[in-house]
Amino acid sequence: MAVAFDEMNGSGGELRQAYQELSRWLKETPPDTLEYRRQEAELLFRRIGITFAVYGEAEAQERLIPFDVIPRIMSGKEWTLLEKGLKQRVRALNMFLRDIYHGRDILRANIIPEDLIFQNPVFRPEMNGQDVPHDVYVHIAGIDIIRTDAENFIVLEDNARTPSGVSYMLENREIMMRLFPDLFARHRVAPVEKYPDELLSALRSVAPLSASAEPTVALMTPGVYNSAYYEHSFLADKLGIELVEGRDLVIKNDEVFMRTTEGLKRVDVIYRRVDDDFLDPLTFRPDSALGVPGLMSAYAAGNVTLANAVGTGIADDKAIYSYMPEVVKFYLGEEPILKNVQTWRCREPQDLAYVLDNLGDLVVKEVHGSGGYGMLIGPAATKATIEAFRDKLKREPEGFIAQPTLALSTCPTCTASGLAPRHVDLRPFVLTGSNHVTIVPGGLTRVALKEGSLVVNSSQGGGTKDTWILDE
Amino acid sequence: MLSRTAENLYWLARYVERAEYLARTIDATLRVTALPAAYIGKTNEWDSALLTAGVSASFYEVYQEANEQNVVEYLSFAPGNPSSIRNCIENARLNSRSVRTALTSEMWDTINSAWIELQEVWGKGTASREELAKFLRFVQETSLRFDGSAYRTMLRNDAYWFSRLGLHLERADNTARILDVKYHVLLPQEEHVGGPLDYYQWNSILRSVSANTAYHWVYRETLKPWLIADLLILNDTLPRSLASCYGNLVRNLDQIGVAYGRQGASQRHARGVRNRLEHSHMDDIFQHGVHEFIQEFIADNGRLGEIITKQYLI
Repeated sequence: MAVAFDEMNGSGGELRQAYQELSRWLKETPPDTLEYRRQEAELLFRRIGITFAVYGEAEAQERLIPFDVIPRIMSGKEWTLLEKGLKQRVRALNMFLRDIYHGRDILRANIIPEDLIFQNPVFRPEMNGQDVPHDVYVHIAGIDIIRTDAENFIVLEDNARTPSGVSYMLENREIMMRLFPDLFARHRVAPVEKYPDELLSALRSVAPLSASAEPTVALMTPGVYNSAYYEHSFLADKLGIELVEGRDLVIKNDEVFMRTTEGLKRVDVIYRRVDDDFLDPLTFRPDSALGVPGLMSAYAAGNVTLANAVGTGIADDKAIYSYMPEVVKFYLGEEPILKNVQTWRCREPQDLAYVLDNLGDLVVKEVHGSGGYGMLIGPAATKATIEAFRDKLKREPEGFIAQPTLALSTCPTCTASGLAPRHVDLRPFVLTGSNHVTIVPGGLTRVALKEGSLVVNSSQGGGTKDTWILDE
Repeated sequence: MLSRTAENLYWLARYVERAEYLARTIDATLRVTALPAAYIGKTNEWDSALLTAGVSASFYEVYQEANEQNVVEYLSFAPGNPSSIRNCIENARLNSRSVRTALTSEMWDTINSAWIELQEVWGKGTASREELAKFLRFVQETSLRFDGSAYRTMLRNDAYWFSRLGLHLERADNTARILDVKYHVLLPQEEHVGGPLDYYQWNSILRSVSANTAYHWVYRETLKPWLIADLLILNDTLPRSLASCYGNLVRNLDQIGVAYGRQGASQRHARGVRNRLEHSHMDDIFQHGVHEFIQEFIADNGRLGEIITKQYLI
């Protein structure tokens, strides 16, 4: 694999414009100051309790996501392009979902094979013909972006269900501003603190018609043992809304109420961080204790808005992903601004043949997997692992896609042996309300802390960085 | 506010208060057992520490003998004891996490820091009396910090009142329990009245509710059992007395009632208990039996907890 494009030093070692001031500052700053600040940051994170849980680990039930103090910087110009591409993509996702659960023009136009929709476990027949306020399905999207050179932004993954990580975007900025006031003074960094307000107004804008003029919004969490619980409580606090669990809600006459010390209070919009499967034991998994019996019936009656809508998984499915460029063209009649990673669909025989012949060079992913689990990174895998994957692929080809091993761009990062390049991606958060799409300038930069590693997921040793968009 | 939030705030305050009380009980027991046998008699003070903590039965399922090592371990750290200090802090943190949005950052910081220290410094328990003393101080300071940060930083609304309800209900229960276990040493008709034995027992009672200095300020007298009982039961200037706890419970419940525009069973019940305390005299209490009085109080206090739960928390 060739040397990756570096966010600071480009492809050939030339210092990029956006990093000039940072580079100067790094030269002036003694390395132990950086190390000292790094420790201080970690202490702050622990005290605030910004932790996440790793499933299946008895030890270390709550862990910190490592935070790297070197910011990832983008110029205003780069951001403008990215922002345009993200808005385009999310608009298309929403139109696609509306179409899939209504007229299905895209299937009749033979752009996506029918069985990929109807045999997909994340397709929700309950949503057929159901209208959602303002046709918004994905109110909050987290689009994972990578780059391999200075020109192109590539979408690695769309997250249209319950994307997480925005609390890190906000807290990373708070902590950076506390620790490096001097560095901020030397840059003009676009603020991110408006995100909670933008989110709240997007959520209120999609309240059902039967809601009062001041709709009540609540955030629904699976509870304290969920890996993203910190984020749920953080957001509820910033939005000034109740953080509810399923057991706090009760359905009466197809309306949703929360149990309060003063009796029942109606809820109009639920920003739910609970997966479809667990929302309502009467409709989905009957063994779920996290949900609310009857919630789907209140939803069908149009008395409550769920954000994101039920059934959005069909839009961010890895098998659908490969069709996204066509999806954008089909609904918007525009060329997609953001590229897709080239993807081989193992369900198609010629693609499968190619993948089997080139396993050692490819990344193979489970169609329904997430969090970086269950994937094969060919160049880094042992022969035995590759052969095991070959068997899995032959047995169930439709369960997999394959992509080339991309050299994700790198960004200077603090390591035990000083600053060194580490691979990064970026998850901006795109909000869609009744009549507008907004994106707070920035997002969550995830960094693979292990040398050479391409896996940025926090569950697998990834860390985060503050992301700066320069206001020029 | 969400019923579950109110419930968590209420239990959070109870757990913190209980942890402090356990620390005080251990501290007082250590002092009294350090005295020569002639001063404390043959009673097993560690047994009575278990009784005041209300965990005697579960203790003897695990241990044969109530001695310093076993009881300190059980009350402080035993994972199997649901109300060990460690479990109280663990539960307080869990409750805090569930209601983070209702806590001020100072309160969260207190509980979270205590929880971190519990794991990092006290994860293996204590190896010496010096360490134990440090640990007990840590627990008491955590409670003081928590109480202080709640008092100084919380909005005066239902969140604050529910948290205070938990605190005072737990506190009343703790004071009553200590009286219940030790009532016999307070009885004037006991044979060795006034001997050194009783003196140190009385002192130990006062110490476990941090009232040994207060006693002298209030009565300006040497320790006398009926005055000690008077202080802990009827004197509403002592924050840990039953009268003071009920004064606060009535006030907090009234504030909730006013805010919600509705009074209910818990307001009535708390007022009933408070009135009984207000109209009692020590003479009558001794006449009718301290033990019976305390037993009845503990039952009434428990009932208030149930009524509050039913009215607001579920």
